[in-house]
Amino acid sequence: MAKPPSDIRYTKEHEWVRMDGDIATIGITDHAQEQLGDVVFVELPEIGRDVAADEACAVVESVKAASDVYAPLTGKVVETNQTIIDDPSIVNSDAEGEGWFFRIEIDDTDAYDALMDAAAYDEYVETLD
Amino acid sequence: MIENALPDDPTPKPLKTVPLDAWHRALGARMVEFAGYAMPVQYQGVLAEHLHCRSQAALFDVSHMGQATLTGATAAAALEHLVPGDMLALKPGRQRYTLLTNEAGGILDDLMVANLGQERLFLVVNAGRKDIDFTHIAANLPSGVQLQPHEDRALLALQGPAAAAVIGRIGPEAAQLPFMGVAAVAVAGAPCLVSRSGYTGEDGFEISVPADSAQVVAERILDQPEVVPAGLGARDSLRLEAGLCLYGNDIDELTTPIEADLAWAIGKRRRTAWDFPGATAIRDQLERGAARRRVGIRPDGRAPARALTGIVAGDGTEAGTITSGGFSPSLSAPIAMGYVRKDLATVGTALHLMVRGKPLPARVVPMPFVPHRYAR
Repeated sequence: MAKPPSDIRYTKEHEWVRMDGDIATIGITDHAQEQLGDVVFVELPEIGRDVAADEACAVVESVKAASDVYAPLTGKVVETNQTIIDDPSIVNSDAEGEGWFFRIEIDDTDAYDALMDAAAYDEYVETLD
Repeated sequence: MIENALPDDPTPKPLKTVPLDAWHRALGARMVEFAGYAMPVQYQGVLAEHLHCRSQAALFDVSHMGQATLTGATAAAALEHLVPGDMLALKPGRQRYTLLTNEAGGILDDLMVANLGQERLFLVVNAGRKDIDFTHIAANLPSGVQLQPHEDRALLALQGPAAAAVIGRIGPEAAQLPFMGVAAVAVAGAPCLVSRSGYTGEDGFEISVPADSAQVVAERILDQPEVVPAGLGARDSLRLEAGLCLYGNDIDELTTPIEADLAWAIGKRRRTAWDFPGATAIRDQLERGAARRRVGIRPDGRAPARALTGIVAGDGTEAGTITSGGFSPSLSAPIAMGYVRKDLATVGTALHLMVRGKPLPARVVPMPFVPHRYAR
C-alpha cells in the first residue's frame, strides 16, 4: 500500500501521530490493525483529561483480544473520534486516516520530533517478525 | 524464530507442527502458538470466517487434539472407572461427550468417546491435556485393555449448515450419519473415521484422517464452493456462542461437572452406582446444590468482558469470575460465560462486570447464545 505522508510519526507501541500546530492526532498504525484483526470495540479518553507520554488512555478490542492505546506525548485530550465508537471497523479499513482515536494539545514539540518517522517505523516493524 | 516459552523460561522449546502446517501457511494463515503447536488462528479474518461458518461452511484443522484408540473386551468398563458417562450403553457407531474426573470431582479433561465396534473405543481429547490424559488412562487400565495414541492422524472439522451437502459430494457415506454417529468411511478416497459432531453449534463433521492423506481431503473439501478455511479464532467465538466449554478456561481440575452445568454428562446408571472418580463430591453437589454455577452473561453495553473479569452482585458483594468472554459476531454484541454464586445464577439476575476498574452492567442469560442447529 501507499506510503503515508512523511509528517506522520510513529511509536514502538504502534501508534501514529500527526501534528497540526500544537494539536497531535493519534491513532493506531495500519500494521497494528492488521495484527489485531477485526476491531469490534473502542474506548476513548474523556475530553479534558491530562495524559502523560506512554500512559494508557484508550482501548481497542478485536474479536480475540483487548489492547491498550498509549498517549505518545504529554498533553490534554481535546477531541475524540466518536465515529469509531459507532463503527469500530473503520479502524481496520482506514487506520491512519478516518480511524483516528483522539487529539491532544501538547506543549513540547521536541518530543514529537524524537518519535520514529515512517522509514524508521517500517524498519522497526521488520524486526518484529 | 518461533518459540513457545514463557518470558522467564530459559529453555524455549520449538513448537510442534500439524501435518498441514505448510498448507496453512500457503493459504495465508496467521500461525500462533496454541497448546504447544503452531496453529492457524485466522486466514481472511475471524469475523468473516465465523459468519461464513454460520451461513455456509468452514473447514478447521484441529489436528493438535489428541486421538487414541482404547482396545480390549472390557474397554468400556475400564473407561467407566475414569469417567461419569455411561460407556457400556454406548452402541457401536455412536459417539458421546464425557469427562475425565479426579477424586475431588474436578474435571481432568472433557472428551469425545466413539464406539467403533470390535471392542474398540476411539477417544478425542484436548491438545493441552493429551499427555496428562493418556498417561492417566494408561495407568488405570486392567490387563487386556490397551491405549494406542494416534500421532500419525490429522483431524479436520467441517462445520456449518452446508457441511452435509459438501461431504455428500466427496464422502457420501459420511453424509448419512446421524448426529453423534461415527463410521469408518472414505472421504475423497482416503480411509477416514468420521463423526457427525463439532464444536460450533452447527451441523458438521469431524474427520480423522491418516496424516499422509490429510492434504488431499482438506483440498477436496476446500474445493467446494461453500467452504472457507477457518482458524482457531473463529472456532473460539463459535463455541462461545454455542455455550460450549473450553477446557482450561471454563472447566478445569478445580471445577466439577455440577458447577459447570454438565450434570447431563453423568449417566443415569452411573447415578445409582456412584462408582466414578469424585462421585462422592459430585453426588453431594447434585443433591444439595453447588456453591457456584456456570452461567451465560450478556454485558449491557458494547464493551467485551474477557476471561478473568471479576463479577460483582447488585449489592456490591463478590459474585464470581468470567471464564470466557468476547464479542459475538452473530449477535454483534459482547457475550460471556462465567461462574457466579448460586443465589445469582438465575436467568435475568443483574450483575456488574469489573472491566478496567469500572463496573459494567450485565445480566445472566440462558445459553446457548445462538441456537444449536445440529442434525436431528
